Amino acid sequence: MSFYKLLNEYKKLNIDKVLNKVSDSDVINVLSKDSLSWEDLLVLLSPVAENHLEAMARKARELTIKNFGKVIFLYAPMYLSNYCVNNCSYCGFSVVNKYERKKLSLLDLEQEAEKVAMKGIRDILILTGESRKHSPLSYIKDSVKVLKKYFHSIAIEIYPLKTSEYASLFNEGVDGLTIYQEVYDRKIYDQVHISGPKKDYKFRLEAAERACLAGMRRVNIGALLGLGKWQSEAFYAALHASYLQNKFLGTEFSISVPRLREHIGDYQEKAELSDRNLVQIILAFRLFLPRVGINLSTRESASFRDNVLPLGITKMSAESTTVVGGYSSDDGFEQFAIADNRKVDEVKTVLLEKGYQGVFKDWHQL
Amino acid sequence: MNDNLIIKGKEFKSRLFVGTGKFADKKIIPDLIKKSNSEMLTVALRRVDFESDQENILKYINENCTVMINTSGARTADEAVRIARIAKAAGCGDWVKIEVIADNKYLLPDNQETIKATEVLAKEGFIVMPYVTADLMVAKKLKEVGAASVMPLGAPIGTNRGLKSKEFIRILIEEIDLPIIVDAGIGRPSHACEAMEMGADAVLVNTAIATASDPVLIGRAFAKAVEAGREAYLSGPASKKKYADASSPLTGFLND
Repeated sequence: MSFYKLLNEYKKLNIDKVLNKVSDSDVINVLSKDSLSWEDLLVLLSPVAENHLEAMARKARELTIKNFGKVIFLYAPMYLSNYCVNNCSYCGFSVVNKYERKKLSLLDLEQEAEKVAMKGIRDILILTGESRKHSPLSYIKDSVKVLKKYFHSIAIEIYPLKTSEYASLFNEGVDGLTIYQEVYDRKIYDQVHISGPKKDYKFRLEAAERACLAGMRRVNIGALLGLGKWQSEAFYAALHASYLQNKFLGTEFSISVPRLREHIGDYQEKAELSDRNLVQIILAFRLFLPRVGINLSTRESASFRDNVLPLGITKMSAESTTVVGGYSSDDGFEQFAIADNRKVDEVKTVLLEKGYQGVFKDWHQL
Repeated sequence: MNDNLIIKGKEFKSRLFVGTGKFADKKIIPDLIKKSNSEMLTVALRRVDFESDQENILKYINENCTVMINTSGARTADEAVRIARIAKAAGCGDWVKIEVIADNKYLLPDNQETIKATEVLAKEGFIVMPYVTADLMVAKKLKEVGAASVMPLGAPIGTNRGLKSKEFIRILIEEIDLPIIVDAGIGRPSHACEAMEMGADAVLVNTAIATASDPVLIGRAFAKAVEAGREAYLSGPASKKKYADASSPLTGFLND
């Protein structure tokens, strides 16, 4: 059974109704458990659980340290191309936005790689807009060949692929995949993905499973928070991670918590997400999924990142740019605005001050 | 009396092995080694960055210590073998802890793949220290294929739950003629002491030391606990026997 089928089984679940029935004693009861069910996860996402954030935080911190140690894995994103064929109302790369599009040549890419590697980064996430025409698989493979000289671990965040395509990238040296469903609510998904292949909800949803079948070592999923109601989006994202973890034992999973950021265009958030809400999500994820990594990007401010660090976070990007070629040049269009502009060394120093080691290398593709 | 631990001809005064994967700061390692007297440290090759002096954990390990490369991250025997070979080629020596984990939810070892990797690497001359669940048949096969020790888990990695597999470890200690080193699950010095008291040859500790408020202090406490446990074992505590020898035997009259 794929996660798509599992999701259908939850169609009749009225999440709001369940959330509003939760009492303080339900939360206290869940906090005393070692292993949580999906019902327990909803308890932790309820409005009442907001009164128990401190107790949740203490448990989350303890679980994170036990499972991952006092370390935070550091990585950087690298944008290869911003050509896109989709019209997504919330994204700066949307095909309807008019600006000069760019794609790195392999020479430019090498220059970018050198710049990032000099910062000490060894784990790179390469991103493209979703255009098979401008960023075909052959281009991704050629890029990986260049990047392998500079990085020990390479992950991709590109358009969803077939299993055989993921396998061919894995064989080339890609060991990780990031793919966000963006929004699990099917109605909203259809509304915000106005046109383009991304409208295919099911093909995107099952991409993580195809990557696992292809042998990918690590898979990172998530919802873009702000598109749908945060409680249900967090619930389905966590359920998705749990499903994957139980089905593909050999893959390391992580979950991201990206909030919508300012970008070109006039899209307004459908569901605002406060810092407090985001903290509640991070804590609920950690308690429900003690062995799943939680990623936090530079979409969040330096002070927020520093404060949530001990609550369950295991991986962070540092000194990022969302501009194609942004490590080598100052001009260009950014997909979304970065909020934490600190240098890698600064992030590393702050981690140490907070009692954490920044780990730059956690795998070496064999 | 010389009670040093001997593995493949190499002597260790300390029976406390330390894992290095979860420390908040690598710089603490030299002090920890000094205060805990540990002479054996495991290092995951996946974390070693040979190109960066600052990030290379091997730079923090004293030359008197033996480095045992850990194949952490390997999902199959083949991957573990490749990691060990890369480590050796990079000058990390031939001591290798085989850790093959294909279960990322509980981090339990894959015993079958571990046996396969052990066989290949032992033939190539590596000193192979496999990490496995405490299982007699697995341990026997590991000995057959050339393992230098058997490292059964006390409890799953990072749980700090102590010797949950105590009865099965006891069987290994009684039946397997190789050093038995309890790895994973040891959360407190008292757990380490318990393992040593029952006859384990050494213990390997990572999470409990690395994540303590004062890793150096607890490292020293672990060292003392290991020594105490070892001395208790050597002294042959009465509890090892199911029935005590009565000082006034009940059947002594038969000899009168």
